[in-house]
Amino acid sequence: MSATSAAETTEATGTPLARLVAARRAAYRADVVTDDPPQLTRGSASRRLTDQVARVVMWASFGLAMVPLVWILGTVVARGYELLLASSWWTLSQRNINAADVGGGAVHAIQGTLIQAAVTAAISVPLGIFTAIHLVEYGRGRLARAVSFMVDILSGVPSIVAALFIYAVWVTTFGFQRIGFAVCLSLVLLMIPVVVRSTEEMLKLVPNGLREGSYALGVPKWITITRIVLPTAFSGIVTGVMLGLARVMGETAPLLILGPYTKSIATNLFDGYMPTLPTMINQDRTEIGLDSAMERMWATALTLILIVLALNLIGRWAARRSSVRR
Amino acid sequence: MTTRSSAIIIVAMSGALALGACGSDATKTGTAATGTAASDCPTGTLKAEGSSAQKNAIEAAIKSFQTKCSGTTINYAATGSGAGIKQFIAGQVDFGGSDSTLKDDEAASAATTCASPAWHLPMVTGPVGIAYNLPSVSSLVLNADVTAKIFLGQITMWNDPAIAALNSGTTLPATKISVFFRSDESGTTDNFTKYLKAAAGTAWTVESGKKWNGTAGEGKPQNAGVATAAKSVEGGISYMEWSYVTQNKLGLAKIDNGSGPVELTSASVGKMIETATQKGTGNDLSLTLDYATKTPGAYPINLVTYEIVCSKYKDAAKGKLVKSFLTHFVSADVQKSLEALGYAALPSSVSAKITAAVAAIG
Amino acid sequence: MSATTTPPELTEPAGSSWTNTVTAPRRGGDRWFGLASHGAGVAVVALVTLVGVFLVSQAIPALSKNEANFLTSREWSVGGDNPRFGIMELLWTTTTASIIAMAIAVPIGVCVALFITEYAPQWLRRPAATLVDLLAAVPSIVYGLWGLIIFRPVVRPLEDWLSTRLGWLPLFAPTGITGGTIMFIGVVLAIMILPIVTAISREVFAQTPTTHKEGALALGATRWEMIRTAVLPFGKPGVISAAMLALGRALGETIAVTFIVSTLAAGSDWTWSMLSGGETFASRIANNAAEFDSPQKTGAFIAAGLVLFILTFVVNAVARVVIERRKAFTE
Repeated sequence: MSATSAAETTEATGTPLARLVAARRAAYRADVVTDDPPQLTRGSASRRLTDQVARVVMWASFGLAMVPLVWILGTVVARGYELLLASSWWTLSQRNINAADVGGGAVHAIQGTLIQAAVTAAISVPLGIFTAIHLVEYGRGRLARAVSFMVDILSGVPSIVAALFIYAVWVTTFGFQRIGFAVCLSLVLLMIPVVVRSTEEMLKLVPNGLREGSYALGVPKWITITRIVLPTAFSGIVTGVMLGLARVMGETAPLLILGPYTKSIATNLFDGYMPTLPTMINQDRTEIGLDSAMERMWATALTLILIVLALNLIGRWAARRSSVRR
Repeated sequence: MTTRSSAIIIVAMSGALALGACGSDATKTGTAATGTAASDCPTGTLKAEGSSAQKNAIEAAIKSFQTKCSGTTINYAATGSGAGIKQFIAGQVDFGGSDSTLKDDEAASAATTCASPAWHLPMVTGPVGIAYNLPSVSSLVLNADVTAKIFLGQITMWNDPAIAALNSGTTLPATKISVFFRSDESGTTDNFTKYLKAAAGTAWTVESGKKWNGTAGEGKPQNAGVATAAKSVEGGISYMEWSYVTQNKLGLAKIDNGSGPVELTSASVGKMIETATQKGTGNDLSLTLDYATKTPGAYPINLVTYEIVCSKYKDAAKGKLVKSFLTHFVSADVQKSLEALGYAALPSSVSAKITAAVAAIG
Repeated sequence: MSATTTPPELTEPAGSSWTNTVTAPRRGGDRWFGLASHGAGVAVVALVTLVGVFLVSQAIPALSKNEANFLTSREWSVGGDNPRFGIMELLWTTTTASIIAMAIAVPIGVCVALFITEYAPQWLRRPAATLVDLLAAVPSIVYGLWGLIIFRPVVRPLEDWLSTRLGWLPLFAPTGITGGTIMFIGVVLAIMILPIVTAISREVFAQTPTTHKEGALALGATRWEMIRTAVLPFGKPGVISAAMLALGRALGETIAVTFIVSTLAAGSDWTWSMLSGGETFASRIANNAAEFDSPQKTGAFIAAGLVLFILTFVVNAVARVVIERRKAFTE
């Protein structure tokens, strides 16, 4: 810090040192832009060697991180893409398709996953956004600190524990049936922290000047929030919601405990079993010796990845279009 | 800008939902051609849950039933016998599937839920195969005593004299035995260990039950887990449902029940089931299996999956549908078709009793 | 954006609002809005508290019947009249696998983050970040399948090599386990948490003040020295909290571990070897969820879930303290 400020002050006075510093800064900037290696005019051989070693390590790490990604995606695509090309995959269910039968459709599971995700979002988004508003716009004192801490705890609650909790309340205590809605409740627990955290970050980025300007005009606080703050942060909030949805759609553990699978189309959240993509994978997974089931399993996995990916891309794209920037 | 992007997102989301909305169940159109609209075809939806051992069998029966009666949907969630019993008692499913019979207190609770006694209907017989991975050995004979010692880690090499004594004429490799057991609680483990306890006597020193209590080897979840593991290690051995042995191309041991080696076939399983005695009274067909049977040609390690039903359903329509489906399930054609899936057809003496019991469901 | 187009009616605001610029004038509508946001906050606090209370209330009856020491026993027999169960082995497997995952994922994740922010050519930066984030979009069930079917056969020879060459170390002592070892679970978990570490570290590194970096370079530092003296010290608290979040995920990962794990037989000898098997808290619960047929049994598993909850709670509390300290550092 002090080095730079010193450089800046001397730059103005035009001493030879300042010119040297300015030249180094220009070289550095050029370096950043052109990505040439820095011109190392000084420094011992060992320092240069260390620098080169570090460079190699960074590239190698990136390469290493790409290996599992390419491997996993390659496996899923290579083993599962064929079923996705058939139109029946997108229009039919697995009704009357048994493990040894080839193909069938995934539409029942896609529907189930999308419906549960939508209902989960409908509960957790308002709750999450209001919590974030509380933290940013109202939050002072003990409650805000407690909320902030609890959100962190919630973000660390493993999905199996969330599922056990809902099971304890829903089935053990109230004696209700295991239905799609119970799954949604456990997914809400997992989605809230994602929504709160991302909304909170976006609300913090809204310049205070906008709020102050609004207040100065005598606009009530709640109108300021709903008409000024939230629209400004809208894209960022959408991103957070999309990322949260991506997480809950890929969850399997709560479904194993709370959401039995069925092969027929079932869209009623409040009665009967409801199929989803993760439970469909789980259904075929056990038939490890049957090629038909394995192909369907990889195809289902690919379908799930594509849907999650599509949501991630929508979120990312919305973030890029965000009008709020640092 | 934000309004436009939100509009696009909404369009994208509704597009995705619309994609979901236009789907249909696979065979609705197919059944129109074949559906003969049999007179005994009710309509409606049943929920059932329980044993994963009968998953493929009941799914085959469901498929042919739904094809015959296109207005019906039978959902079977293969979550496990414990879940099946629990959900049946809680009144959450129309019938349960279980590899073990109800305990007395469970039977009492089930009767309360049904407002009538609950019956066990043995609908599926699934033999448990002892699968081994020894490419050089095409035929292997084991008996209860040796099996118990292998699974307790007392016999650790394939060329052990005890194994060789049962397999004269076969060259056994000097390979280490890798034992795999089920890490989840299961009816397969329950029946396998009951067999060892009954037939191996003192050689089986630990408790029998759904949970594996053995002291050797490594555990893997579900049939698929032990099958994959046994397949991946030469010298591997495990117990699993018959279909997993054949699907994974593992070796299947013959069992010497005291009257000579018995191969696992539908017929040899049927012989064992015929030796079973009825434990329940009247139409409650819970069975006591004689694992220690010495009947020549009877394969002793079997698992019977019961459908647990109310003897009289509060909702008459449900009762009619359950009755209709189970009548279909127990029919000779359906039972015969199960053999291709790694199950054994019910012997006719047993299926006659079940047919009578199903007919008595109110 | 869509702010009110008509100027709001100017009324006399409360006096205090002029002295505090971030407090708005009070109106009727404010009351319900404030209540709603307050209520949402209270709801979240209540929810987490409820989770804790429910787990405790379910666990206590089972714990009180437990005839073994819950913390130190390695047994797990939860049915019947004489339940004996303890979490020793679960705790060991869970923490060891998570530590292995951290030992692999944190250094690599930090390096990848540095690569993306400092080393990668401009054109590669955004695609590289997207690619790493893609790893986060892969559902955990897919990691489980891939680990079990594809990855396992590749890692096994490596483990065999380790146990023959380094078998004299207790950590690599040979065991009979051929399926999912603790080490293998650790490696799969490492792949799963890598994107978390990378994404957060990347954000933190990108916020390093340019002046710090330029200052270091101006003093003749090489790029690596600049990173060591400017970027890493600035990002250190952020990296720690990223690591804590990743650790929380690793501790609680369920489905992938359940697919892969090899359980030890009851009564098998205690070993320090990472090439042994075992079950994590989450995998044991998930593995047995189908057979929760009595409150006693359910309670025992929920007690295990409670320990996992407390473990995650502690990890997050530590992360929280670190983040607080970081705030103090930057502001």
